[in-house]
Amino acid sequence: MRRETVQGWLLILPALLLLVAFTHWPAATTIIDSFYTTPKGSRPPRFVGFENYADLMTDPVFWTALRNNAVYALWTIPASVILALVMALAVNTAIPGRALVRMAYFTPTMLPMIAVANIWLFFFTPDYGLFDHVLGFFGGVRHNWLGDRDTALPAMIVVAVWKEAGFFMIFYLAALQAMPPDLKECAALEGSSRWNFFRRVTLPLLMPTTLFVLVNAVINAFRLVDHVVVMTRGGPDNATTLLLYYIYEAGFRFWDQALAATLTVVLLALLGLLAWLQFGVLGKRVHYR
Amino acid sequence: MRNLTPTRRTVLAGAATLAAPVLAAPAIVHAQGTTEIEFYFPVAVGGPITKIIDGYVADFMKENPDIKVKPVYAGSYVDTLTKAVTATKAGQGPQMALVLAVDAYSLVDDELLIPFDSIATSDADKAWLKAFYPAFMANGTIDGHIWGVPFQRSTIVAYWNKDIFKAAGLDPEKAPATWEENGEWTAKTLKREGDRVTSWGIEIPGDGFTYWLYQGMVAQAGGELAGDNGRKTFFNSAAAVEGLQYWLDLMGKYKSHPPGISAWGTGPRDFLEGKVAVIWHTTGNLTNIKNNAKFPFGVSMLPAHQRRGSPTGGGNFHMFKGANPGQQQACLRLLRWLTSPEKAAQWSMDTGYVAPRADAWETPAMKAYVAGFPQAAVARDQLPFAVAELSTHDNQRVAQALTDELQAALLGRKQAKQALDDAQEKATRLLKPFQKS
Repeated sequence: MRRETVQGWLLILPALLLLVAFTHWPAATTIIDSFYTTPKGSRPPRFVGFENYADLMTDPVFWTALRNNAVYALWTIPASVILALVMALAVNTAIPGRALVRMAYFTPTMLPMIAVANIWLFFFTPDYGLFDHVLGFFGGVRHNWLGDRDTALPAMIVVAVWKEAGFFMIFYLAALQAMPPDLKECAALEGSSRWNFFRRVTLPLLMPTTLFVLVNAVINAFRLVDHVVVMTRGGPDNATTLLLYYIYEAGFRFWDQALAATLTVVLLALLGLLAWLQFGVLGKRVHYR
Repeated sequence: MRNLTPTRRTVLAGAATLAAPVLAAPAIVHAQGTTEIEFYFPVAVGGPITKIIDGYVADFMKENPDIKVKPVYAGSYVDTLTKAVTATKAGQGPQMALVLAVDAYSLVDDELLIPFDSIATSDADKAWLKAFYPAFMANGTIDGHIWGVPFQRSTIVAYWNKDIFKAAGLDPEKAPATWEENGEWTAKTLKREGDRVTSWGIEIPGDGFTYWLYQGMVAQAGGELAGDNGRKTFFNSAAAVEGLQYWLDLMGKYKSHPPGISAWGTGPRDFLEGKVAVIWHTTGNLTNIKNNAKFPFGVSMLPAHQRRGSPTGGGNFHMFKGANPGQQQACLRLLRWLTSPEKAAQWSMDTGYVAPRADAWETPAMKAYVAGFPQAAVARDQLPFAVAELSTHDNQRVAQALTDELQAALLGRKQAKQALDDAQEKATRLLKPFQKS
């Protein structure tokens, strides 16, 4: 028994070491840093308790970033997951040029986000960008997609969905392929409609995949900010500032370690809460075979 | 040497005592082998600037075999600053970096820099520091020390498309000289198809460097944005409001500027595509526009209101703590070589950046260049009207506060006065820790 315990610990040691060094330790020091002021030159950090959190509550940019991120998450998560499922169902049937379509759907995933952002930067250019060019044929007027508060964040959402949907499609496709064909034959014999089959059989069987995809989508909604850096730098007037981008600005542009640490703790808490909701509440309803 | 620099004073003292023997006996340095220095430079990998700088560095090393120089191209200005600061704080920093001149306050507040006046002590060195245009030295001079040596410096100029001017019935050889002319003339150059504007009168970029272009208009209205050694801002002064109102008038009253925010990055492309008659942009784009314009174009100073005016811009070389005395001297030699009249002129011709000292414009090569391409001299002629770029303590944040509010006004969400009142309030709060008690 004791021997097995030692063996067990030895087996998880390498992973544990890496996790502690690169995840838990930085997280713990960040929490500690969030209770101190920013060290400047020869002025050392000073303990201030919850003052940084109180300051954060009165920081309008923080609330804007939080609201933006909520909108961003509420659109990108369902949109990319539903789109992924639809695409997977489409390329799972026997259509001509199936391999080509699959590849086309998956291409955005393989491109680095920076490259994607630069491509879309051109699409969104006013007057002669792709969108304005096409709309121009139908008498459309100039749109300053990225320079307008109303369209800048939706533009970011579109890019993120375009980038992510193909990645999630792969998981749905794999799950669909693993589904035994006799289920479908049974349903056909019973005279079940295609919609009924999809709702009662396919969707429940895809639930483990959906949970996995959802977890990833939620993480990405808070993690993917590369396109913001390239396309808008959080502007105009903070319309596209997301939480993680604001952390970067606070940490590496304003050099405000206290603010950056405090923001990070808030983001950690938020992600923790979401993970708990997903695994605790949704996870119970998932049917694993 | 890095761990030997706890305070600024010890570095100054150390540099002063060690500099003299090194200067007097270069042979010793040689005997010790080569001195290696590294500097960060803001270019994305592979641009034309990379080749130019690599060429200069190779030439310098050929003439100075005892110094080995390694340029590191570190991305945008902000990236370069981020990398230099992070690396320096970790004790792995470069000896020098070219970062925005306006970031000097933050670097000095963080005690990361070595002032150049502490090592440039010989008469020749002092004369060298005096040779630069005062407008370019302003941002790098803080608390009586010189922290930045001008190199990649620019200012704002107006580029105008002579073909569009001619087609609109304007004198193609004359640029608008006043705010009124600028508004009325650019309104005349507007081209429409039905309701759709196919070619605009003027574009002033409203993202990326919003406050910089705005500062030009404030200077023209006779105002200043900051003062008291970077501890005060005047964002809601009468001239500041007038400047922003003029920008808004170009959209609302003259209707020659596309509404909302024009992109910094696409400005030159819009101009080259003939989609806009006039753009305000950095002189750093002069060579790009010269090489790619398929139509005759002119370069002019920005129009005047109370006076002419434009902020200076661009980057200075800064020397970081962690450079040992030998490296400090090597940096000084490299800088003196890079900013010698001939090299400064060459750099200006290669890139369009403004040669930062008067005698560079007197070199035969530069004189010949200006004779064949008079547009190049506009930035120099504007320098007497130039003001130091907005720079305060906690600069990035103060500038961001102003940028946010300016963008709110440009997007029509706030009146000019309201936006600037809000910006001033934010800035005052940010600068509170720096007030003298």
